[in-house]
Amino acid sequence: MKILVPVKRVIDYNVKVRVKADQTGVDLANVKMSMNPFDEIAVEEAVRLKEAGIATEIVAVSIGVAQSEAILRTALAMGADRGLLIQTDQDIEPLGIAKLLKAVIAEETPNIVLMGKQAIDGDNNATGQMLSTLLGWPQATFASKVVIEGDEAKVTREVDGGLQTLGVKLPAVITTDLRLNEPRYASLPNIMKAKKKPLDTKSVADYGVDVAPRLKVLKVTEPPKRSAGIKVADASALVANLKTAGVL
Amino acid sequence: MAVLVIADHDGVTLRDSTLKVLTAAKALSADIDVLVYGAGSATVAAQAAKASGVRKVLTSESAGLNADIAEDVAALIAGLAAGYDAVAIPASASGKNFAPRVAALLDVSIISDVIEVIDAKTFVRPIYAGNALETVQTSDAKVVLTVRPTTFTAVAADGGSAAVEAASVPADFAGTRFVGEEKVTSDRPELGAAKVVVSGGRALGSADEFHAVIEPLADKLGAAVGASRAAVDAGYAPNDYQVGQTGKVVAPALYIAVGISGAIQHLAGMKDSKVIVAINKDPEAPIFQIADYGLVEDYKTAVPALMAALG
Repeated sequence: MKILVPVKRVIDYNVKVRVKADQTGVDLANVKMSMNPFDEIAVEEAVRLKEAGIATEIVAVSIGVAQSEAILRTALAMGADRGLLIQTDQDIEPLGIAKLLKAVIAEETPNIVLMGKQAIDGDNNATGQMLSTLLGWPQATFASKVVIEGDEAKVTREVDGGLQTLGVKLPAVITTDLRLNEPRYASLPNIMKAKKKPLDTKSVADYGVDVAPRLKVLKVTEPPKRSAGIKVADASALVANLKTAGVL
Repeated sequence: MAVLVIADHDGVTLRDSTLKVLTAAKALSADIDVLVYGAGSATVAAQAAKASGVRKVLTSESAGLNADIAEDVAALIAGLAAGYDAVAIPASASGKNFAPRVAALLDVSIISDVIEVIDAKTFVRPIYAGNALETVQTSDAKVVLTVRPTTFTAVAADGGSAAVEAASVPADFAGTRFVGEEKVTSDRPELGAAKVVVSGGRALGSADEFHAVIEPLADKLGAAVGASRAAVDAGYAPNDYQVGQTGKVVAPALYIAVGISGAIQHLAGMKDSKVIVAINKDPEAPIFQIADYGLVEDYKTAVPALMAALG
């Protein structure tokens, strides 16, 4: 069984994001970049399926700038077998990414696509669902547990009001939620080994799909700031303040 | 220009979030229809028909729709989309599950988590966990949006008298099977709609302590219970309680954070609350930087004192 794991290079989740003064976007200069945390969970799940003898090959794919090679190496160090970088300087929207991934999948023919439910930059939460739609494959989003039984994946999902379990026929697209697993740290020997694992680079043009943007970003601004209020001495002072504020 | 709003409901009651999405839809068009799909659609449709400004209510039920299978829901909506210029979907876990499919079926971009409608093609949405706001303009002929309900006021639940019609029923998608569900049942108000929310964090230390401290305070205030990601990850509270960037986004009149340090991703889910109270023994906790009222005290003494002061 082959698993394809799309991964995205994003601002590290610990970095405080700064909006550019000219309102054209977020300042990415000299900022620490990492693999999208939800994608890390997807890589981890794929590696666990391989360690359990269910998966035989894991291919990590990234679509982005040349430096995205670094996160593909991270995926390889965690246990993926092969990397594919589709290099572009364009910021491609979820629909375009889904179309590119569909073209990659036509070549790679994986049994499962495991990917993060959203990237923490655009916060769209859309690419997995769009990919599944374009492929005509079943989807199971927001996974907190994945069990493979024959040609079906039983996926427990985090939904409004609790958990839902779906059975999806493979091939399928599964997107990960936070509680699926805790990703491992790659060990130094594995980081060294990852440098020798195969990593192909292609261009968007190689796939002949339409990735033209549909959205124009008019501006990016800072949200209204909330300033700190007052410290209260004790619980009764708190209650008195809340009564004055009219919320009790 | 007509808009199709997808109703959010629990099979019995139309959720308040639907009324808020209707407000967003009104900024797009005066012609608004509502689709109520899934079990109980007739009961809920009767409520949607009364909402202010609704032209027509459509209903549809099938095995797949009743289980909220995204493939079936999206097929239904895409099939109806010919008659509309925009589809507005509540940004719930359910809505986020099927909305991108609708967009993909129509070959248009999805515009997620809209917090402001500038005009029929231009929208504001949060990116980077709400640390930046993006204003985007679409060039697509049809617009598919998910709308973050907390930033819109609700339209009046009464006064309308829209007609209710049955819509088509999609064939069940063969590849996906509903296996089961585990819903958290509670008599407390729903987290997304509650006027008061009491949330607990990692400082609580155990599920027992979470129950013993957070829940009585919530019940005293008639509040919903929330939790930080750390508390959910540690198993102190169910996933459905999570407030934050990737959990629920809430904006109650009063938000009380107990033993929550205030990680960016938690703040993203509650910073639009009207009044924020933070109780934490660490005076340096980031939560104090956005709290209107901060009480620097161990929750173990602060919460019982607060219960006593509330009488």
